[in-house]
Amino acid sequence: MTECGARSASWQTCIIDEIVQQTPRIKSFFMRLSTPFAHVAGQHVDIRLTAPDGYVAMRSYSIASSPSSSEVIELAIELLPTGEVSLFFHEIAVVGDEVELRGPLGGHFLWPELASGPILLIGAGSGVVPLMAMIRQRRALAQTVPTALLLSSRTIRDTPFSEELLAVEMADPTFRFSLAVTQEASQRSSDFSRRIDGAMVGDVVSRLPNRPAHVFVCGSNAFVNFATDGALMAGLDPSMIKTERYGG
Amino acid sequence: MVTRGFAGRDSGRDQSDRIPPGQHLVENFPVLTAGPTPLVETADWRFTLKIGPKPHKVWNWHEFNALPKTKMTRDIHCVTAWSKLNTNWEGVTIDDILADAGLERPTDFVLARCYDGYSTNVPSRDLASLKAMVALKYEGQPLPRDHGGPARLLVPHLYFWKSAKWVNTLQFTNRDEAGFWELRGYHIYGDPWREQRYSND
Ligand SMILES: Cc1cc2nc3c(=O)[nH]c(=O)nc-3n(C[C@H](O)[C@H](O)[C@H](O)COP(=O)(O)OP(=O)(O)OC[C@H]3O[C@@H](n4cnc5c(N)ncnc54)[C@H](O)[C@@H]3O)c2cc1C
Repeated sequence: MTECGARSASWQTCIIDEIVQQTPRIKSFFMRLSTPFAHVAGQHVDIRLTAPDGYVAMRSYSIASSPSSSEVIELAIELLPTGEVSLFFHEIAVVGDEVELRGPLGGHFLWPELASGPILLIGAGSGVVPLMAMIRQRRALAQTVPTALLLSSRTIRDTPFSEELLAVEMADPTFRFSLAVTQEASQRSSDFSRRIDGAMVGDVVSRLPNRPAHVFVCGSNAFVNFATDGALMAGLDPSMIKTERYGG
Repeated sequence: MVTRGFAGRDSGRDQSDRIPPGQHLVENFPVLTAGPTPLVETADWRFTLKIGPKPHKVWNWHEFNALPKTKMTRDIHCVTAWSKLNTNWEGVTIDDILADAGLERPTDFVLARCYDGYSTNVPSRDLASLKAMVALKYEGQPLPRDHGGPARLLVPHLYFWKSAKWVNTLQFTNRDEAGFWELRGYHIYGDPWREQRYSND
């Protein structure tokens, strides 16, 4: 597989087309691009906000939409207390506002064009965003590579995209979705009510027809460390694990 | 373009001469790594200096720690747009590593290689004259595993992806050979003051 790069992405203005509350802390922002681009599922954009005095704040946000819908991309932003940019999006931005954006960026955390085996996706909170793009791309292309998603969140209400994920699972026997809720009891037998650990990753892996050839883990750094430790304990090979860490 | 309704935080504005364009100040120390965090025991740790494909000298943890130590206080700048001021490091400068190996500047370029398979390229002159070190301590403590412990490269005047975590090899090369992120669309040099984030910046 060749990994394409982040080359030559220039700043463009985009318009917020629609805002959807996904969970109490996560909102989706549908951004209409002035210069549409084709991205690879897993990539992100940089957003740049400018204050009247010229002060600039720049942050990265993964693309949640699949590459097949390219004029409007979906971002899903989690509200952080006192977060400079996430607070702006949650409390100030309204439909019709313009913001600057550049992308697509990132040349590593990419859905493989040709998977050499099953795929395991692990995410928490807004870390599910690039995994959603992957799941949607897989659906759009009617790919059948066996894929399992292990998603961690505090409660079922805090789980973004859960309705869509349950619907994909119903419609597609080669896609498995397991939820790990940490602050309430799980509701389905395929779900868990504890933090991700090696046994849990092992369980999810055993629901795939054979061992995963690609593992994608995304979320906060602390979560990614937990999840990758779990994956390594479950015997997965570190060289096939790609991580996207949202910094802190 | 001014963003409607965006005022921004106050912190950092008074220090703008120390914060490169597009960067914002953080107090915490974010972690960004492309794979699992490797666990490297100091008992197994080796550091190799190579000229081309040939190993020139290898140090174990004990030998490396016997080299002269240098302290540096520096501002650091990550390509994901955070900057952190006054970070304190202690380690062995590349000048002292070369001196111990009896070398001056074997070639013009270096490829730093790491335990997790990561790599990054830096011109030799950017590592010389006390500009860079292999850091063993951060804020007076052994370098935490998350931040590249036991040892990482520190090249603070370039974007922080050049400061390779879990470094185990400095390979001197004749050509500027692109490393991990440089092969994936990031800038070949990475000067934060010229905002060299991606290849064509
Ligand atoms: C490749 C990539 C993709 C990403 N994708 C997504 C995504 O899809 N969705 C998403 O929600 N996030 C994503 N992130 C994270 C995102 O880029 C931001 O880091 C995040 O939104 C927080 O930005 P902020 O401006 O709201 O918070 P910041 O202002 O950056 O602060 C972060 C946290 O630190 C505290 N803090 C730090 N400095 C200060 C200070 N000086 N004063 C007060 N408090 C401070 C804040 O309380 C806050 O909780 C991604 C990150 C990366 C690197």
